[in-house]
Amino acid sequence: MTAPPETAVQTVDLHKTYSGPKGDVEAVRGIDLDVRRGEFFGLLGPNGAGKSTTIGMLTTLVRPTSGEARVCGFDVTRDAVEVKRRIGMVSQNNTLDSELTAAENLEFRGRFFGLGARAAKRRADELLELFGLADRRDGNPFELSGGQAKRLMIGRALVHRPEVLFLDEPTAGLDPQNRVNLWDLLRELQKQGQTIVLTTHYMEEAEVLCDRLAVVDHGRVLARGTAAELKDSAGADTVLTVSYDGDVPADLSKLSERAGISKVEVNGGQIRVFSTAPEGLLGELVGAGAAAGVNVTDASQLRPSLETVFLSLTGRDYRD
Amino acid sequence: MTATLPAEPAAGPAVRTTVGRTFLAMMSRELRVLRKNFVSTFVRVLLQPLLFVFVFAYVLPKLGTGAPGAGSAGGGTTFSTILVPGLVGSSIVMQGIMAVVFPLMMELNWQRSITDRALAPLPIPLLAVEKIVASGLQALIAGLLVFPCVLFIHAGGQAPDVHVSNWPLLVFVLVFGSLLSAAGGLLMGTLVDPQKVQMIFGIILMPISMLGCVYYPWAALEHVRWLQIVSLANPMVYVNEGLRAALTPDVGHMHFYVYGTVILVGTVALTWLSARKFTQRVLT
Ligand SMILES: Nc1ncnc2c1ncn2[C@@H]1O[C@H](COP(=O)(O)OP(=O)(O)OP(=O)(O)O)[C@@H](O)[C@H]1O
Ligand SMILES: [Mg+2]
Repeated sequence: MTAPPETAVQTVDLHKTYSGPKGDVEAVRGIDLDVRRGEFFGLLGPNGAGKSTTIGMLTTLVRPTSGEARVCGFDVTRDAVEVKRRIGMVSQNNTLDSELTAAENLEFRGRFFGLGARAAKRRADELLELFGLADRRDGNPFELSGGQAKRLMIGRALVHRPEVLFLDEPTAGLDPQNRVNLWDLLRELQKQGQTIVLTTHYMEEAEVLCDRLAVVDHGRVLARGTAAELKDSAGADTVLTVSYDGDVPADLSKLSERAGISKVEVNGGQIRVFSTAPEGLLGELVGAGAAAGVNVTDASQLRPSLETVFLSLTGRDYRD
Repeated sequence: MTATLPAEPAAGPAVRTTVGRTFLAMMSRELRVLRKNFVSTFVRVLLQPLLFVFVFAYVLPKLGTGAPGAGSAGGGTTFSTILVPGLVGSSIVMQGIMAVVFPLMMELNWQRSITDRALAPLPIPLLAVEKIVASGLQALIAGLLVFPCVLFIHAGGQAPDVHVSNWPLLVFVLVFGSLLSAAGGLLMGTLVDPQKVQMIFGIILMPISMLGCVYYPWAALEHVRWLQIVSLANPMVYVNEGLRAALTPDVGHMHFYVYGTVILVGTVALTWLSARKFTQRVLT
């Protein structure tokens, strides 16, 4: 596998199966990715999709079961140390060093990567200043708020100016204000040329931040491209979902023949209609129920978004 | 905060480093942490041996209760002569194990903060070696601090008879005894699950230290032959016997070929085994 130099991350048919006492878990089942230098790339998927496992393999901490992964041209298994020299990683949970102060967390990270003692101190102060943590420099990292701790972890991942920055669900658990602040920060980093690979299960986040996305579920890539491309290809439709307390009225299945309706899914008492011309459709679905003598228990209409893309790709609600 | 991000090449060249340099940087992190916790760590280490010599080498002789243990080791040997190498050795072994096990329990389980260290540009087995060296250093410091305490605390006429005739031997036993303990600790820490760590300490460490030939030389056990044989399975015995050979050569002790081989081979074998297990725990 050879990649052009502008490729930052490349994987080919990457697999990971965890074997445990309770049997095997196929967490990643053949993922192909390529991330270009300078790109902001997103892995979007629900809980358990295999995002952390994929990031783990790319950052050398999870051993692939099969397939290949290269970061900055180096194989993650054979050249793990070379890969580690070139990446920064912000994991999902707080892995700050509780034995050290906030400043020392940055300082020692710098020294692990070859900075001299004085240079590491200087770099630590510089990053604390940049990330608005200067007043916390001598505090314990576990006394920081969630947003501050995340910023410190991002700062720590940047100490040695990595070529690729990996972020595993960086905004999970942050309040909306902190989330938006972090988005600004990440966008600013990218503007300066930082290659970023981020995982998230927030559709909105993927859409706002990422140049290109891979939608993953059950360890596979379902679709990839820019958010706009994804919406064009799979989810230009508005999705209407109506649940009845009895069977879906029979004549509704004929809807799929109508112009502007691309797909109709009936599942027990629930009907889902994918349409580019949704005007009046919801009322029609409700009315059909009344005519057939069943009550509507739930009705929703989702406008085209990554959420509808996910719906049409998997037939599942993203939040299920 | 965001508007002020630097006009720096964020994706500029990674800082160049070597594995050796990273290893040393990790050691300096351990030293920083050790310096911060120095007093609390070593007060705990010193307390037990200190109280022990106080009671057995000072209070009991004062009360006229003949000090235990003496006769068996040959005429004229005071109990404190037996205790000096025993307490130094047991402090080394205990500290070597604890210095690695407790932090490791936190790092491997709670939040898995080990991933932080594992991302440093170093092969994971070397990270294990780094942990052994750092904890071995703590063990060595513990031994060196305990030594003067047990040397100087005693009643009149109960002075220990300590003289070093073979310095390289003393250095060998201190250094490799420390590394052996730390490697054993790392192996325990990677094998034991965190809920059971308290139990392990009770069930394994207590007998190791009580029956580790701390309070009597191994040779004296010839009167309890089965215990003498069973004791050979206890690594602490070899460290204490090695220290006896180095510090109190007049007291009967094991032959160098025995304790020297066990300490050296044990250190190498436990380091290899624990580095393997550690790597398996860190990389999933
Ligand atoms: N160390 C492990 N041992 C066994 N199974 C694991 C391990 N880590 C993850 N898994 C399983 O692999 C699957 C994928 O997990 P992974 O953490 O990669 O998903 P994720 O997309 O990051 O999810 P989340 O959004 O919840 O973080 C899940 O079924 C999970 O239970
Ligand atoms: Mg995850």
